[in-house]
Amino acid sequence: MNFDPRYSGRNFTSVGTRPIRPDGVDKVTGRARYGADFNMAGQLVGRVLRSPHAHATIRKIDTSKAEKLPGVKAVITAADLPDLTDGDAAMYDILDNCMARKKALYDGHAVAAVAAVDARTARQALKLIEVDYEVLPHVTDVDEAMKHSAPVLNDTIFTEGVEEKPARPSNVTTRTQYGHGDIHKGFGQADYVVERSFKTEQTHQGYIEPHACVANVSSDGTADLWVCTQGHFVYRQHCAQLLGMEASKLRVTSSEIGGGFGGKTHVWAEPVALALSRKAGRPVKLVMTRDEVFRASGPTSATSIDVRIGASKDGTITAAEATLRYSCGPYAGMWAEIGAMTAFACYRLENVKTVGYEVLVNRPKTAAYRAPSAPMAAFAVESTVDELAKEIGIDPVEFRIRNAAQEGTRSSYGPVYGPIGIGPTLEAAKNHPHMKAPLGKNQGRGMACGFWFNFGGQTCTDLNIGMDGSVSLAVGTVDVGGSRASLSLVAAEELGIAYEQVKAVVADTSSLGYNDMTDGSRGTFSSSMATISAARNAIKILRERAAQTWDIPVEDVVWEKGHAIAKGEKYGNLAALSLREIAAASGKTGGPIAGHSELVADGAGVSFATHICDIEVDPETGATRVLRYTVVQDAGKAVHPTYVEGQYQGGAAQGIGWALNEEYIYGKDGRLQNPGFLDYRIPVCSDLPMIDTQILEIPNPNHPYGVRGVGETSIVPPLAAIANAVSNAAGVRMTHIPMSPPRILAAIEAERGG
Amino acid sequence: MVEVTLWGSLGALAGGKSKVEIEAKDIRELFRKLAEQYPGLEPLIEKGIAVAIDGTIYRDTWSKELPEGAEIFLLPRLAGG
Repeated sequence: MNFDPRYSGRNFTSVGTRPIRPDGVDKVTGRARYGADFNMAGQLVGRVLRSPHAHATIRKIDTSKAEKLPGVKAVITAADLPDLTDGDAAMYDILDNCMARKKALYDGHAVAAVAAVDARTARQALKLIEVDYEVLPHVTDVDEAMKHSAPVLNDTIFTEGVEEKPARPSNVTTRTQYGHGDIHKGFGQADYVVERSFKTEQTHQGYIEPHACVANVSSDGTADLWVCTQGHFVYRQHCAQLLGMEASKLRVTSSEIGGGFGGKTHVWAEPVALALSRKAGRPVKLVMTRDEVFRASGPTSATSIDVRIGASKDGTITAAEATLRYSCGPYAGMWAEIGAMTAFACYRLENVKTVGYEVLVNRPKTAAYRAPSAPMAAFAVESTVDELAKEIGIDPVEFRIRNAAQEGTRSSYGPVYGPIGIGPTLEAAKNHPHMKAPLGKNQGRGMACGFWFNFGGQTCTDLNIGMDGSVSLAVGTVDVGGSRASLSLVAAEELGIAYEQVKAVVADTSSLGYNDMTDGSRGTFSSSMATISAARNAIKILRERAAQTWDIPVEDVVWEKGHAIAKGEKYGNLAALSLREIAAASGKTGGPIAGHSELVADGAGVSFATHICDIEVDPETGATRVLRYTVVQDAGKAVHPTYVEGQYQGGAAQGIGWALNEEYIYGKDGRLQNPGFLDYRIPVCSDLPMIDTQILEIPNPNHPYGVRGVGETSIVPPLAAIANAVSNAAGVRMTHIPMSPPRILAAIEAERGG
Repeated sequence: MVEVTLWGSLGALAGGKSKVEIEAKDIRELFRKLAEQYPGLEPLIEKGIAVAIDGTIYRDTWSKELPEGAEIFLLPRLAGG
């Protein structure tokens, strides 16, 4: 990679402005094509049969009656998706999750699928499939699953990360530990110690668009997949591996995406649709219903967390400890480990220890959800921090400022921090007018901090200059939040042309080199780096063409404000050549002009945010109303400030739903009771105030424009900020998320009774 | 020579050591020598390990140089949303 990613401190012309997004008109007029909006001639309808049992051995599946139903073109089971994972345990879990092999491991686990000429026939066919289950005892609660008496989901799993190999299998797949110093010594130095236990329920990413795809496998072994995804290149890799195809023979095109938030980083329906198409010899469209989305895709972990923090009278934290238990669904994950790494990342701690336990339960396979695992850990830690500040008698913002991590602090997950933004977000929150606004009766204010890592990754971008001087930008990171607009701004900035001259598209997997998916807040960070690199490569060619036109050495040609300029007095008579003029002559100066870039974008830089929230609680019903909400977050450099604000607001809105309403509710039979938006209530506009935002711009030293990822951190503080606000309003500490009206009322009544 | 700190479960695969000293100029050489000296680490390196150099996390830039005296910290490769 011959590209210098270091921050250059340049002044901007296009970057930092707020033009209209290029995909906006199509989206508001209904022309934009999402996963279910694509159709092919001769297309069949795919449907999936799902287990009604939380835990059951599959003794036999008889598909013969379904196969004989007129209009049915293919029926598949796990036998049609043989294990080609070659010992790759993570891929095997994905395969087993797509189609249960020996056991159904949760309510909604796929066990068979059909492709038929229409939806009615497909539904009829599902009813004709006979599955002989041996129902097994199940466990859905994370604490219950850890008990010795709990039914074991996988008897080949023995807890890793403990000193001696356990004698018996367990639902605890792994124990991990982070920290430094001596917490016993630290707690010994404490004048105040607060210890609390918390629970958070499982939530879904709640994307409005269900999973949808159209798969077409040709008789020559090549295939096309149109799909709603956060990462079509990763989907191609996974599908090709699971179906035994060469990746280059599977072209994957990403549709517009109606929300993903981490939930569209994993394949579920896609290998099934491809297997159905391969067997039927026709295209197959597979669209999940909302019920299926809830029962079989997503969700995040349910958690159980203990926190203990000690501090001296002067408000210095002397020791901090947390034990974090995260549900993984039926397959091993590293969700508690991420919680253990992020829990105390905001603070400067001499003595800290966190322990994570990954726990298997009979629920859907846990998937990433926007800064995965961090919001629950922050809820537990920031709630305890607030209580400790109260015990000592220090303002909670001052207490956090006094203990905030800074450059040179050893982070709780290990490395020493470089320049970071937690201090500035806290100072900005302290000085924000929101902090001084008066509160009324039954109203409370809360604030909290949050941390997330942010990632970069493999990235490839093409920039093609048309003969009319317009610019096509082909990127491989799916646009989940306005990145086509941001990347067009970056291309315009680098080339010195107008934003309107650039058109960005998300290219399919056969048109561009591999790209990691849009996750880890990497879309704009990574693809802007690749776009800058591609533009600089194109400028090099533009300068060469100008030099050729003028018959002067290329070293004497510079690129300024969209023009090639011959530098030096001896070229005084040469008028500058615009990009349009050079492009128009390109056919006679060497052919098309383009810039390409393939790079690994690393050094994304960690991210911090501080949120402030005002809540009113009705003490008679436990109902809550969010009165005011403010997000303060470091963006490095906001390329398109409107979309940065949108990310801040979106994360806060999702966090508000998670904190107050959203939860998976399982019955005693292990079946999900609320798989729909009527009973699983995400916030709507009327539930939310205007979410105010304040963008801080502390440049990332590892990006030419100083850009940091912004997509995820905004969901980390809300659970805690809202819990602190509700606790202050209700006069009782809330320790269980979501803080639904019955839970708040029960806490108020318990406090009154006590 | 750089001093490399291993996170908990990684240390268990390196003979229980939490810190190791390696002569390596970049991440690629570091991983190669770690795998040679501690074969138990190889599968994890193949699966993906992140390297924090003076606090900045690198996941894929194996050509990244390891400056003399820098703090080198190995971390698990994490998922994002």
